[in-house]
Amino acid sequence: MIAHAIFFYTFSIIAVVSAIMVTASKNTVHSVFFLILDFISISCLFIMIGAEFLGMIMLIVYVGAVAVLFLFVVMMLNVAQQKNQWFAGQATSKHIPVGLIISTLIFFEIIIVIGGWKYKPEIFDINNSLANASVSNTHSLGQILYTDYIHVFQISGMILLVAMIGAIVLTFRQRSGVKKQSYIKQISRERAEGVEVLEVQSNKGVKIDD
Amino acid sequence: MEYLSIVFHEVYKILFLLVPVLVSVAMIVWLDRRVWAFVQKRQGPNVVGPFGLLQSLADALKYIFKEIIIPSSSNKVIFILAPIVTMTLALIAWAVIPFSATQVLADINVGILYLFAVSSLGVYGIIMGGWASNSKYPFLGAIRSAAQMVSYEVSIGVIIINVLLCVGSLNLNDIVIAQQNMWFVIPLFPMFVIFFISALAETNRPPFDLPEAEAELVAGYQTEYSGMMYAMFWLGEYANILLMCAMGAILFLGGWMSPIDVYPFTLVPGAIWLILKILLLFILFALVKAIVPRYRYDQLMRLGWKVFLPLSLIWVVLTASYLFYFNLLPVN
Repeated sequence: MIAHAIFFYTFSIIAVVSAIMVTASKNTVHSVFFLILDFISISCLFIMIGAEFLGMIMLIVYVGAVAVLFLFVVMMLNVAQQKNQWFAGQATSKHIPVGLIISTLIFFEIIIVIGGWKYKPEIFDINNSLANASVSNTHSLGQILYTDYIHVFQISGMILLVAMIGAIVLTFRQRSGVKKQSYIKQISRERAEGVEVLEVQSNKGVKIDD
Repeated sequence: MEYLSIVFHEVYKILFLLVPVLVSVAMIVWLDRRVWAFVQKRQGPNVVGPFGLLQSLADALKYIFKEIIIPSSSNKVIFILAPIVTMTLALIAWAVIPFSATQVLADINVGILYLFAVSSLGVYGIIMGGWASNSKYPFLGAIRSAAQMVSYEVSIGVIIINVLLCVGSLNLNDIVIAQQNMWFVIPLFPMFVIFFISALAETNRPPFDLPEAEAELVAGYQTEYSGMMYAMFWLGEYANILLMCAMGAILFLGGWMSPIDVYPFTLVPGAIWLILKILLLFILFALVKAIVPRYRYDQLMRLGWKVFLPLSLIWVVLTASYLFYFNLLPVN
C-alpha cells in the first residue's frame, strides 16, 4: 500500500510540475517536451487505477501521434522571435484575463462534477458492466462502446472525419507550374525511348535537344 | 525486508532479460554485417575472435574510449537525453515479450498495445537528437524520420487490429496460443508482408533509411554525435530492429510455439523457437538491406499512405466479415 502511495505521489507530482512547466518554460520546444512528460505521467496514473487500456491509448494517441505533430510544428517556429513572452516580464499581454476566466470556468466545472459524484453517486451509475471485475477493462469498454453507445461512437468518428477533411480542404491549394513525378510513367519507360545510340563524328559532336 | 526481497527478485529477473538482449544486439550487428557481406561476395568482419564474432565487442571498446563531443551551440540537456531515450525505449519494450507460456517479465492484459506504444515513442529519441544538435543535417534527418515513422506506424496499427480480430485478446501470450492450429502468417499472409515492410520503415532500415541517408544528409540525426552517445543510438536502433522481429514472430509466426506440434519438437524450450524465428526475420532484414536500393522520399510517403494504409484497412474489413459470416469471432 505504501509503495502504491509513493508511486501515486511521484507520478502526480511529476504531472503537476510538468503541467506548470508547459506554461512557464521560455523555450517552446521545452514546453512541448514537458507536455509529453505530463501525458506520460497521466497515463501512468491511469494504469495505476487499473485503466490500463486508457493509459495505453493515451500513450499511443497523445504521445505517439499528437505530441509528435506539436513538436513538428513548434520546431519549425522561429524561436528567436519569442524570447520575450509574458512570463519573462511583459505586462502588455492581453491573454491573461481571458486565460484566467477560462481556467476559473474549468475549475468550477470540475468542482460541480466531483461534488455530484460525492453526493449523488447513483447518477453516475450508468452501466454495471463497467464495475464487473471478472472481465478486463478492454472487454468491458468494448461491450459498452459498441452496444449502448454505438451511435454516439459513430457520430464522434464522423465528426473527426469531417474535421480532417475540412482541414485538408482549407489548406489545400492547387499550385501551377509544379513538376510532378508520375511513378507509373517512370517505371514504364522502355529502353527504346530512353537510350539512343549515335555514331559520333570527329570534331562535330552530337547535338542534344531537350 | 519482504518488500526488499521482492524488489531484488524483480531486479534479478530484469537483468536476466536485459543482459541477453544487449549481448544479442552486439551479435546481431555482427550477423547483419556478415549477411550483408556474403550477399555482396565479400568476407565481412572475420578477424576479431572466431568468425569475427567479437567484432562488435571491439567496436564497443573503441566507442567507449572515444571522446564525447557536445557541440557548443547545441541544447545540452536534450542533446544528452536523446540517445538515452532511444536506448531506454528500445529496452523497456522487452518486458512484455513472452519466451514461453510462463517465462515473461510482465504478463499484462494490454501487451500488444504496450509494444505498439513503446515503438511509437521511439521517434522521440530521433527528433530530440536532431533538434538539439542545432545543425542543418540532423534537423532535416529528424524531420524526415518523424514523418516516416508516424506514417508507417498507422499501417502497423491497422495490421495489429487484423491479428487482434482473430485472437480476441490484447495479451501477447493469448496471441501466441491462438496460433496453435495455424500460424497467422498463412491466413494473413499479405498482412505479414506489409508488416515486414512497415517494420523496415519503422526502424529506419534500408531501403527506407532516409533519415540517415549518407549521400544526402551525412548521417542524419546522428551527425553531431560521437563516442558512446553515438554507440547508444546504434544499440537502441538494433534493439528496436530485434524488437520488431520479435513482434513479427509473435504476431504471425507463432511466437514461442514449435512449428510442428509433435514429440521431439515440443521438447525444445519455447525461448529457442522464439529466438530462431527472430533470427529468421532478422536475416530477411539483412538481406533486404543488401539487395534493395534506397527509396525516394515521395515514393516512401506514397507507399505508406496510398498503398499500405488502404490495403490493410480493406483487409480488416475482409477479416472481420469472414470471421462474422462463418461465426468464427472469438467471443467469450
